Amino acid sequence: MLPLMSRSQRSDPAPSRWAYRMTRFMLSPFLRRTVYFGIPTAVVVGAVALYASDVERREHIAGIYQDAYRSIIERPEFMVKVVAIHGASPALDLEIRDVLPVDLPMSQFDLDLQEIHSVLTELDPIAKARIQITQSGTIQIDVEERQPAFLWRNRDTLEVLDDSGAFVRFAVNRMDYPNLPLIAGEGADTQVPQAKSILAAARPIADRVRGLVYVGERRWNVLLENDQSILLPERNPVQAIERVLVLDQTQDLLARKVSVVDMRLSQRPTIRIAPDQIDQVIDTSLTSTENDPL
Amino acid sequence: MSELYESQRAMRAMRKAAMQRGVIAILDLGSTKVGCLVLRFDGMEPAIDADGITSLAGQSGFRVIGAATTRSRGIEFGEISSMAEAERAIRTALQSAQSMAKVRVDHVIASFSGGSPRSYGLTGEVGIENQLVTEQDIAHVLASCDVPDYGAGREVLHAQPVNFALDHRSGLSDPRGQIGHSLSTDLHMLTVDQKVIRDLAYCVKRCDLELAGVASSPYAAGLASLVEDEQELGAACIDMGGGTTSISIFMKKHMIFADTVCLGGDHVTRDISMGLQVPVATAEKIKTRNGGLYATGMDDRDMIEVGGETGDWEHDRRTVSRTELIGIMRPRVEEILEEVRARLDAAGFSHLPSQQIVLTGGASQVPGMDTLASRILGQQVRLGRPLRIHRLPQAYSGPTCSALVGLSLFAASPQDEWWDFEVPAQRYGQKSLRRALRWFKENW
Repeated sequence: MLPLMSRSQRSDPAPSRWAYRMTRFMLSPFLRRTVYFGIPTAVVVGAVALYASDVERREHIAGIYQDAYRSIIERPEFMVKVVAIHGASPALDLEIRDVLPVDLPMSQFDLDLQEIHSVLTELDPIAKARIQITQSGTIQIDVEERQPAFLWRNRDTLEVLDDSGAFVRFAVNRMDYPNLPLIAGEGADTQVPQAKSILAAARPIADRVRGLVYVGERRWNVLLENDQSILLPERNPVQAIERVLVLDQTQDLLARKVSVVDMRLSQRPTIRIAPDQIDQVIDTSLTSTENDPL
Repeated sequence: MSELYESQRAMRAMRKAAMQRGVIAILDLGSTKVGCLVLRFDGMEPAIDADGITSLAGQSGFRVIGAATTRSRGIEFGEISSMAEAERAIRTALQSAQSMAKVRVDHVIASFSGGSPRSYGLTGEVGIENQLVTEQDIAHVLASCDVPDYGAGREVLHAQPVNFALDHRSGLSDPRGQIGHSLSTDLHMLTVDQKVIRDLAYCVKRCDLELAGVASSPYAAGLASLVEDEQELGAACIDMGGGTTSISIFMKKHMIFADTVCLGGDHVTRDISMGLQVPVATAEKIKTRNGGLYATGMDDRDMIEVGGETGDWEHDRRTVSRTELIGIMRPRVEEILEEVRARLDAAGFSHLPSQQIVLTGGASQVPGMDTLASRILGQQVRLGRPLRIHRLPQAYSGPTCSALVGLSLFAASPQDEWWDFEVPAQRYGQKSLRRALRWFKENW
């Protein structure tokens, strides 16, 4: 029988109780995860944090990164050297070159085409702009200018509008744009299409029309030579002016001493004679009744 | 009995916890070796088909991630004889299996063959109240079994319902939902010495582990080495180990009998050691290398160097013929098989429809064992080796490990036992009445 008291240390293949417990402890899932994942991660993160805690080092690294980045994007293949503008008048061309937020030569990667586009379309004379960067290092800008269609005399300015009513530029003098029809009145720029159709209807008397006035932001007056005016209704102004034209053709209305043709009530057109003429008209009618003064 | 019921239920709860963690250890305490497997359950089990059996018969839900065996120490005849030594053996096996699996294991299912297992067949019968058999009725009928007096120092290891009969129909495996008047059951109960189980539980506890189940190793060996139709039609599995030879009889996929003969391969080795005057280790070597059971003319001329290190030249140069060795081994093996025969006869194995006998275990590897066994036990004898389970190392696929593999199957899909069913409500009757009374007192 083996001695029950172990007096000599015999080597035993079995793990001792504490070695066994240690192995089991090391195999516990949390500890395994900590040793194999948690500690290495903590060491790496800690080292990086320690290194990056200094501002100079951070800037140094950022500088290295920036240098590398610039050296790539500033390669000659990516550089833009020329701005080419198509479809702009010389004055507009100069204006565009003035406002363009581009400092040539410049890398393609630094160009913000969206921004350029928004800057261009904010320019009043430009209706549409298309920008592209071509292979040869050129910014190609295709511009569609707004075409002046109306002169709008405001309270104290004279503005050129295109045929949608959009502002093109300020005009100094009426005679700079002798061909453009004149409109006036507050809010007239919002009703440019209607003005256009009224003028189109009034083509037979176009040489006598001096301008249109938008009254009370609701209806138009047509001003003619010799202080004559046609008051148009809010609705169907074109129809009203056509009626006036018909009257003019048949009755020679506008050639008479009529100062106002009031078409505001369509079922009751009214004419007014200028106050200083009224005596003459009455005289004429008294002297020659057979001649039908009106 | 209710104390046992509680402890078995506690073990089932442990097993459930282990399944949730997905890792469980399998420990087979044999007289020659202590084997340990670490199983990982990761829910690979496909959907169970109509037969309740998957394509791999429930073996695909787990895989072996750690395996180790060590020489057994402090275990004799399948029982722990020295606590400290057995504990060291368990520690060795478990630690190396654990470090192979790289996972800590907290739950263990153990098996042993000793403790002189004894089988009892129990019957019970109850009437069914509303004709439809429910789980409650099954619990009732299991509780109604008349438990024999199996002795004070013994404990129930397995109590499995083997058969249900409803009115005149017998052979039902699952009577739930069927309609009848009286339900009766046959229960197979296996008892072992209480001391053996307690020693085992204490050893496992000393290793900081939780016991999630205990099985008898003949049962486990039968699970692993009998193929499905043998389990269905009836067969006996004889697990010839080092210290014990254990017998289990299966019928209709249930174990119906288990017994252990306290004779095994170690006795053969000891005979050789005594007969040839050699140390036990040498005798074991001679047995495994040159052992046999049938002598032929060739064996007379086949001289075996016995060897020795005594310093006596004459003594160390002895040779024996293989015939002599066979002459020593055969009577002992015959004795073992005769003993097995006696146990099988006592169990009434000859009345079973199928007389298939499967030999497994380390001692069944002696050449000529199947021939000798078929002379003594009957014609239908084969050598069995365990089923393949997923990722089992090649070294563990031999017949020496059938109990280990069977225990893995047991861990993966245990059979219904008596304690898996709820205690019938009647048992609570008195207590619940008292509780109701107390409730009334407190509230009025």
